[in-house]
Amino acid sequence: MDLPALPAIRPRCDLATPTDRPHIEVRDLTMAFGDNVLQRHLNFTVGRGDVFIIMGGSGCGKSTLLNHLLGLLEPAAGQVILNDRSLWDLELQERDLLLRRVGVLYQSGALWSSMTLEENVALPLGEYTDLTPRQIRELVQLKLALVGLSGFEDYFPSQISGGMRKRAGLARAIALDPEILFFDEPSAGLDPISARRLDELILQLRADLGATIVVVTHELESIFTIGDNSVFLDIETKTQIARGNPRRLLEECDDPGVRRFLTRGREPAAAAS
Amino acid sequence: MASPAPAPSPLRTSRPERPVEARLAVNRIDPETLVVRVAGRWVRDRNLPDIVAAVEQRPPLSGVRRIVLDASALEGWDSLLIAELRRLNLLCGAHAIELDLGGLPEGARNLICLAAEVPTQRVNRRSSSRLGFRTAVGVECLRAARSVGEMVGFLGETIVAFAAALRGQARFRWVDLFQVVQEHGPAALPIVGLVNFLVGMIVAFIGAIQLQQFSAEIYVANLVGIGTVREMGPMMTAIILAGRTSAAFAAQLGTMQVNEEISALRTLGIPPMQFLVLPRVIALVVMMPILAIYANVIGIFGGAVVALFKLHVSLTLFYDQLVGAVTVTDWIGGLIKAAVFGAIVVLSGCLRGMQAQRSASAVGYAATSAVVTGIVFIIATDAVFTVIYITLGI
Repeated sequence: MDLPALPAIRPRCDLATPTDRPHIEVRDLTMAFGDNVLQRHLNFTVGRGDVFIIMGGSGCGKSTLLNHLLGLLEPAAGQVILNDRSLWDLELQERDLLLRRVGVLYQSGALWSSMTLEENVALPLGEYTDLTPRQIRELVQLKLALVGLSGFEDYFPSQISGGMRKRAGLARAIALDPEILFFDEPSAGLDPISARRLDELILQLRADLGATIVVVTHELESIFTIGDNSVFLDIETKTQIARGNPRRLLEECDDPGVRRFLTRGREPAAAAS
Repeated sequence: MASPAPAPSPLRTSRPERPVEARLAVNRIDPETLVVRVAGRWVRDRNLPDIVAAVEQRPPLSGVRRIVLDASALEGWDSLLIAELRRLNLLCGAHAIELDLGGLPEGARNLICLAAEVPTQRVNRRSSSRLGFRTAVGVECLRAARSVGEMVGFLGETIVAFAAALRGQARFRWVDLFQVVQEHGPAALPIVGLVNFLVGMIVAFIGAIQLQQFSAEIYVANLVGIGTVREMGPMMTAIILAGRTSAAFAAQLGTMQVNEEISALRTLGIPPMQFLVLPRVIALVVMMPILAIYANVIGIFGGAVVALFKLHVSLTLFYDQLVGAVTVTDWIGGLIKAAVFGAIVVLSGCLRGMQAQRSASAVGYAATSAVVTGIVFIIATDAVFTVIYITLGI
């Protein structure tokens, strides 16, 4: 891996291990809405098959970063590189093709409320493949079975619980066998057991489908359970202040902001007293 | 904690561009054992062989005790293969056949196990059976009857809220009232003016042709004046507001319902009837008569223009005849109607908005339903008013 120039502000805690198989690279990314800069000089690499965590406090731009990785927002500066191709240097059509290999699970599932679960999962298959109706139906049943929703094909999103909606959203996200799966706050609004099950499901799908997984979250449980690698966005300095495996960050990183986050606010207070 | 293992699935590829060379062979090696051999690249393609169909075409399936999957020559796979094998697994389960997936890559085997983990739940399907014609008519009639009941109930709740307001106990913000007045009063002037001007012209035109036959052109003033003040002015204004205001209210309250804002009001002890519906009702019951006066004037002016250019009745003559024809009672009768129509517009909008379900399509449905309810009730109420006025000799 060769990072181009040194970032203007190096992360204070850099435990990132180099990968020789980068799937997503972010180079010197600056995110801004108009003149309001959210984060600047972001540099990190997501390895193929990794579970990568984007973490940070509320309002630091985690979800915005996700939208940049998804190609929904254009960077104010810098590049987002997917499969060795810079997203915003591509023609619109090529970008769409590239992004079709990406699946997203939105915070509340974002299921289309006028369609049944079966129709929700079948829509991308019907739009982007030329499979026969029988094959589509089988695939839909498989994906719903994988997330534990067999038998709910004919339900509308409003008729199932929030946790089920999230799992149905996951079934839709993996409909096209994506290479990269993005999760926006996967455990938000779930009870601890459901959140845990979803984490296990994420790991299982990563292992079996071989997908790269990017998770935006501030759930410490999830972060330590599933994360191979991470980037920590800071709201005050408006840039990344730590990179690397979350468990190693907890052990080795001595930045007070990162420590406060990873220990739920216990540590710096303890150190101060 | 799980170890950060790299993904062990070098086999999985999904390049739909490449030609598919998936091969399937089903052989019976002894009376009880079937060998299913999958070979080549099993990636998403419409021409992939159907494994379950191939197995089922080997009768008699009943003699088979065991199906062995041979995947030694499998070069690539994706979830379509898993979907096929999942169905094969279900088939085997149904026929008490043992399925040996030992030859599969580990990732594929895990996925099949994961899919089989939660058994298919026999959830009771909602009855979507089609209704017969007579049943459908009956259901619709009951729904219409219920709609009247709902409207009356809603009216009652509004009156209760209004009584609370008179006692000075209602919780609503005057800001809301003025905002509704602003958005649904002055802002509606252009469209109300245009429509009533045209309606006045149309009434005058139709009357002119008839009246010319008797050389009674001057009575066009009576026709337009009474017709507009008693009927067309209030009713056209109400119908415009049913489309404009009622739909807007239904969408607003429907969206609030979707976002659980109305539940939030209730839990804070603020009755939504007082906080949301009351300011709207007051605003429109006050605004509608004013709009109707404006509509009447414009409508009569439209008639006068036709009288002037088509019948050559001068404006002064038209005015004199009009003053003699239209009484104060006509005006008051029309304006009372307008106030009632205003209440109907608000109530239909708010009622449908509050009834909205929690989904995106529900808001659209609420808006449509509000307009339909509003117009139906406006016309029906107008008919009732006409009968009452005639009986009373007003």
